[in-house]
This record gives sequence, C-alpha cells and structure tokens, in this order.
Amino acid sequence: MFNRVQKILIPVISVILGLIIGAIVMIISGFNPLEGYSALLKGAVGDSFYLGETIRQITPYIFAGLAVAFAFRTGLFNIGVEGQLLVGWIASVWVGLAFDLPKVIHLPMSILAGAAAGALWAFVPGILKARFRVHEVIVTIMMNYIALHLVNHLVRYVISDQQNTTERVPETASLKSPFLETLTEFSTMHFGIFLALAGAIIFWLILEKTTAGFELRSVGFNQHASEYAGMNVNRNIVFSMVISGAFAGLGGAMEGLGTFGYAFIHSAFSGVGFDGIAVALLGGNVAIGVVLAAALFGILKQGALIMPIESGVPTELVEIVIAIIIFFVASSYIIAYVLQRFKKGAK
Amino acid sequence: MEYVIEMLNIRKEFPGIVANDNITLQLKKGEIHALLGENGAGKSTLMNVLFGLYQPEQGEIKVKGKKVNITNPNIANDLGIGMVHQHFMLVDPFTVTENIVLGMEPKKGVTIDMKKAVKDVKEISDRYGLKVDPNAKIAEISVGMQQRVEILKTLYRGAEILIFDEPTAVLTPQEIKELTQIFKTLISEGKSIILITHKLKEIIEVCDRVTVIRKGVGIDTLDVEGTTPNELASLMVGREVLFRTEKKTAVPKEAVLEITKLNVKDARGVNAVKDLSITLRAGEIVGIAGVDGNGQSELIEAITGLRKISSGSIKLSGKELSSLKPRKITEAGIGHIPQDRHKHGLVLDFPIGENMVLQTYYQTPFSKMSMLNNKEINKKAKKLIAEFDVRTPSEYTEARALSGGNQQKAIIGREVDRDPDLLIAAQPTRGLDVGAIEFIHQRLIDQRDKGKAVLLLSFELDEIMNVSDRIAVIYEGNIIAIVDPKETTEQELGLLMAGSKRKEAGEDTHV
Ligand SMILES: Nc1ncnc2c1ncn2[C@@H]1O[C@H](COP(=O)(O)OP(=O)(O)OP(=O)(O)O)[C@@H](O)[C@H]1O
Ligand SMILES: [Mg+2]
Repeated sequence: MFNRVQKILIPVISVILGLIIGAIVMIISGFNPLEGYSALLKGAVGDSFYLGETIRQITPYIFAGLAVAFAFRTGLFNIGVEGQLLVGWIASVWVGLAFDLPKVIHLPMSILAGAAAGALWAFVPGILKARFRVHEVIVTIMMNYIALHLVNHLVRYVISDQQNTTERVPETASLKSPFLETLTEFSTMHFGIFLALAGAIIFWLILEKTTAGFELRSVGFNQHASEYAGMNVNRNIVFSMVISGAFAGLGGAMEGLGTFGYAFIHSAFSGVGFDGIAVALLGGNVAIGVVLAAALFGILKQGALIMPIESGVPTELVEIVIAIIIFFVASSYIIAYVLQRFKKGAK
Repeated sequence: MEYVIEMLNIRKEFPGIVANDNITLQLKKGEIHALLGENGAGKSTLMNVLFGLYQPEQGEIKVKGKKVNITNPNIANDLGIGMVHQHFMLVDPFTVTENIVLGMEPKKGVTIDMKKAVKDVKEISDRYGLKVDPNAKIAEISVGMQQRVEILKTLYRGAEILIFDEPTAVLTPQEIKELTQIFKTLISEGKSIILITHKLKEIIEVCDRVTVIRKGVGIDTLDVEGTTPNELASLMVGREVLFRTEKKTAVPKEAVLEITKLNVKDARGVNAVKDLSITLRAGEIVGIAGVDGNGQSELIEAITGLRKISSGSIKLSGKELSSLKPRKITEAGIGHIPQDRHKHGLVLDFPIGENMVLQTYYQTPFSKMSMLNNKEINKKAKKLIAEFDVRTPSEYTEARALSGGNQQKAIIGREVDRDPDLLIAAQPTRGLDVGAIEFIHQRLIDQRDKGKAVLLLSFELDEIMNVSDRIAVIYEGNIIAIVDPKETTEQELGLLMAGSKRKEAGEDTHV
C-alpha cells in the first residue's frame, strides 16, 4: 500500500503535527507552548530521576505494543491486552509470594508465570476464533472484564486476607535494582527495560527469521493462499494469540515484580493495554517501531506529570497531543495524499 | 483527424523499472483500439495513468484536443473515461443496482430513490443489450455478469471512453462472444474503446487499430485490417512465434492418479461432482474440457485437499489422499497451479522470494532448525525468475508490484520446479502473452516427457486440443466422454460440453 519511505514518514509527520496542534491549543488557552513543552521535556528526561521514571514507564508500553502488534501481523485484533496484562501481573506476584527459592530460579519462574497467564488468557479467544469463528474483538473485550474482577477477587480473598493490596514480593522474585535506583537518584527504574528490549528482539526474530513467523505473516496477509500452501490456519491463529498474550502477560509481570512489587485492587483498567493499541499503530507493527513509539508515549505521559507544576499547562494537554497523533496515523491516507501532491509540486 | 484521447510521450517509473518510456497512444472516436504487449510491457500501467490512478513523470494527456491533468479517478470519470479492471471492484452482498449507483445515488429528499435507480439501471442495461437483472445480488451472479455490472457502472457515470483490461481472460468462450456483441453496440452508440488483450484472434476480430508496446517502449500503431496474428506476435515479442507446440506422442505408463466414484459438494451444499471416476497415467496430459461451473473447481479442490469430499476415493500412486490435509497431499507429490492467482496462488504482500517457497519454506535448505535461510530462499527465487522469465526488478519486490502475467509465471515456476508426480494446472496460461504461453505449454509437455502426469483444466479449446493427450469432457459433475484430441473437432467437443452424450465414449469413461 505505502512504500518504505511513506511508512516511516507518516508516523513522524503525525507526531510533528500532534505537537504543533498541541502548541496551538496551548496558545489558545493562554499558555506559552515553548514553556509547556520544555517543562514536559524536563519532566521526562530533565534529570536522572525523571529519566529513570520515564524508562520505567516505557517498559510496559513496549510489551503492550508488542502484544498488539504480534497479533495484528497475523491479522488478529487483540483488544484483550489489558486483561492479559492484569492476569500476568497477578500470576507473577502470586508465584513471587508463594515460593521460597533462590533468586536465579524464583525470578525467572515468576516472570514466566506472568507470561503463561497472559498466554492462557489469550488462548481462549484464539481457540474460539479458530474453532467457532467467534470474533476475537468481542471475546477479548469480555475477557478484559473477567480479568479485572477475577484479579480483584484474588487480591482480596485469596492472596491477601481481605486487604486492598498483596504483600510485597520477596527480594528473590523482584526486578528492583538498587544499583539502577541509586544511579537515577532513587527512581523506581528496574531491570524490566532490558527484558522489554529483549522482547522486541525476540518479536523480530520470531516473525522475520523463523519458519513459524513465515506462517504467521502469511496467514495474516492471505488465509486462502496459506491454506493452499499447506499451512494450518487455525493453529496459527491460536499460536499468534498465545504469543501475543505472553507479551502482554510479561508487561504485567514488569509492573508486579518491578514497578510496584505487589498487586492491588484495580477500581478500573490500568489503561496500559489500551495504550498498547496506539503504540502498535504508531510503531507500524514492527519491533523497532513499537520501541520508539513506546518511548514517545513514556516521555509524554511522564512529562505530563511535571508540566502543570512547572508551566501551569494541565496534564490533559498530553492526552490531546496523543489523540491527535493517533488520529493522523489512523488517517494516514491524508498524509500519503499530501506527500504525493508535495512530490509532484516539487517537480 | 479527430482523436478523443491522446496520450503523448508518457513516461512512468517505478522503483527499479521504467514501466512506460515515452509511449504515445491516440484513440479515434468510435474505434476499438487494442493495446498489445508482452507480460510486463506496461499496458496496465499506461491505462492506470489514463484513469488517474498513477501520475506520469512525463508526457501529456489530451481529451478531445484539450490538455488535461488527471490526478484521480474522479477526474477521469468527469472527463467521460471509465475503466473495467481485470479484478472487479464490486461489493458482494449488495445488489447490482446498489453497486452501480454507489457514490452517486439518485436522491428523494434525504433517502435514496431506489425505484428510480433500478429503473435507470434497467434502461441502460436494455439499451446496450447487457441483460443484467438490477435486483440480483453480486455474490449470486456469474463472473461474466459481474463484468457487465462493471461496464454498467462506467456507463451510468456517463463514460464515453471505456478501458477494458484483459476482460476476456476471465470469461468462457460463450461469454466472450457476447462481450464482442456488447462492444459493437457500445461503438454504435458512439462510445470509443481501448482493449487490452493477449488473444491475437480477438484483436483481429473486433479491433480497428492496435498499438504495440514492448518493454515499456511504444513500437508501432497499425490498422488491424491487413495484419495477421503472426505479424502482431512478432512485433510484440521481437521474434518469430510458433503457435503450435510440437510434441511427440505420449507414452503413458503406470496409473498415477486414480479417482473412483467421487462425490463433492459445492459451497452451497449442492452435489457438484457426482460419481466421477478417472485415471491419469504417468507420462500423459489429460485435459478437462467443460463449461464453467460443471464441477471443475470442486474436483480440483477435492484432489488438493482444499475441499472435503462426501464419498469416493482419490489415490495417488496407490496412496489414499481423500482424508489428508493439503500439506500432506503436497508432500505426497502434487503440484497445483490454482485458478485464482490472487486468492490462492500468491501472498501479494510477500516478496517474490518468499512466494517462491510458499510450500517448501520449512524444508531444507530453506530452513535449518526452524530458522529461515534467506540466502537459500533468494537463491532459489533468482533461479526461478531467470528460468521462467519472470520480469521483476528483483526477488525482493513484493508480488503485488508484478504485472498479472508475471505473477502467473512466478506461480508456474514454483509449481513446475517442485517436479510433482501429478501437476494440476488450472487455467495456467490465463493472462499470459503468446510467447509465454508457448513456453509454459512446452514446460507442461516436458513434465509429461519426464514421466509425470499433468491434469490440465482450461476453458480455451485451443489450449486443450493442443496440449492434451486425452481430453475428458466434464458435464454436470461427471466425466461424460474421453476423446482423443487428434480425432475430435472443436464442434464435437462443443456438443459434448453442452451435454450431448457420445455413446461409445460414455460407456468407456473409466480408462
Ligand atoms: N505498483 C507497482 N510498483 C512497482 N512496479 C510496478 C507496479 N505496477 C507495475 N509495476 C511494474 O511495471 C511493469 C509494467 O507492469 P504492467 O502491469 O503495466 O504490465 P502489463 O503490460 O499490464 O503486463 P500483463 O500483461 O502481465 O498484465 C512491470 O515490470 C511491473 O513489475
Ligand atoms: Mg496487466
């Protein structure tokens, strides 16, 4: 549909347009956009503490983005990343609390528990789609609600004794790193970012370099031709959802074992899973794109917390900017059209 | 001299390739003008430029002498230019009328005036002898009818100039005859037509003038009167073309494919293949002749595992296939050139390289320990591209960017190269130029001479008669006769295909 250059230019232009329109909104509401953005930037990367917080924020975005993108490459729309993330979160914390093991075993086991829970949660819509052609969007949305209430129940009645939060996971199951914390003036940065980057590499490896990835991509583009070529379309649908869910579950584990170190009652969805949809879209559903888009989201969201204090611009502005960026990416045809016009005009 | 369309010195480039290089095409009012050229010569590209889908790098377009700038299909519509694409653009669950008025519905207040729409469509349909039922659903009408809906769509929008991109490639011989008649009516109503086709006979029969292009360059425009298919062919290919493929008599050996009492249901659950039995031997080509819709597709889908059978047996060299999955069937030694290259044959978004290993990507040397070996994949692709003359900038080019004929050559290359014991070729030369057809026929015959079995399905009697060693006539899901191409005529085949049984053949179908 679009050529290589356009695929890169469209998100970049969308981001620039988003920022410009954000600036206009600031002017209209009586703020100085330069001050606003510099406050935002300062709040995101201005010193090592803020930088640490931003990196911590980027981590689950990468996983959520990878989850959405993975399913999408096989032609599936995984709206259930939010729920898969929540069950991954609780599963990792549970395993973290339930066992008493040396760190080399305990931490990987807890992380994998998160991945497995997310995978299981995505397996359900996968199998329903493969077997009965039930649309995955509907099932994943329902699974989100089931996850939310199930997790809350587990926190209150099973893992804790009628508390709002579980206990903290022991050091042997924690991603927290005193080293990274001191490095960043005691931010909440933890080891998760390295896992997230590794996840992006694994995403790329699976899809581009393995025979399994060949099948997944093929099914995503053309189910008929894939069937003709002897691929098992249904198995690929389930497989894709499971891997996607595993990425989401890992995102949850990062929160459970890293950022917070415990699980708690959610009165509403965390929103990270839904932001993952936007991250994947902005990142063009490729690994490097997802990482960059997650970084942008992390910077915007983290910077937004400091912006009102430093410049008076309300946090909501960032939501506007994000919404506009997504709007332009989603309506990329407009940009492609303008680009084409522009190219012709230049001749 | 009055030209309705003038495309002057058009140049259009794609990454790595000049698709149109300084091409000039002038269309007179009231003529049928053929555009002829090899696969990948740039015909579709040139027409897409005229229809506003592509912007040329150079050159100008004049409509009725006035210079115009066609930047999108809406402008083309406004200028009276309509295009019937090779791949139809219709909305399946909608009715004929809904499809036609889509985007310019007659209004009554704020609602669509469906009564008027139906009436208008009926009127145009009658005027041009299209015989389309305005209330039928697209999904329920034949390909030929769908094409007429596309024609109606352009007429409804007031087209004066109609572009047809390989309209006959998807039609049966009967439908082609009817289309020819429609062309004549259109011309008599003052329309002008540009026709892309690879069938030289059609050009001679219906066209007034022909413009030949070769590898993106305009070669010549000449009057059809006085030319011969041979002259046209050599103009377009740049060398002499033989029309009859030479072949030795077949020496059939042991049975390769044995089908007995096969029953298959179609998508609607109706029996499409009924108690069909046939045997194919090593070293022979069996052609299946029949009017479209007599169970051919279902038969092939059943053999290749894409459709469940209701009863009967399909054996490949003694091994029962009928309960196996497509992968196992492929591995058992069946190759399949599918009828619909975009639906089944290719993943259009994959590069040509990956398409060349669509069934073999998991085998050595293309895969090692579940990892793809791109070096080997691209090596294979390069070899096939060269061997089958697939015109593409490189093996990394997306299949979508290839011309229709070159996509087809890529599929044929892939299937023939796997050297299957049984090669099923469903309309293998659809959309190919005469040179490529000759080459593909030769490759099918080579497979036969190597001792493989070939099952050829084609709606072109020429092709069936030329290439097959035996012709099986299929009618209402059954093989009603098996004839020797050397001893039959097109007339006889035509009668058989229409269902008139031939006694001695009818009794002797299971050979
Ligand atoms: N969208 C595209 N991007 C890149 N290259 C393209 C694109 N469309 C066509 N081409 C290239 O331009 C050349 C001309 O293609 P075109 O489709 O015009 O051929 P054609 O004459 O219609 O051939 P055929 O008879 O096989 O349909 C081909 O080499 C093709 O690979
Ligand atoms: Mg073409």
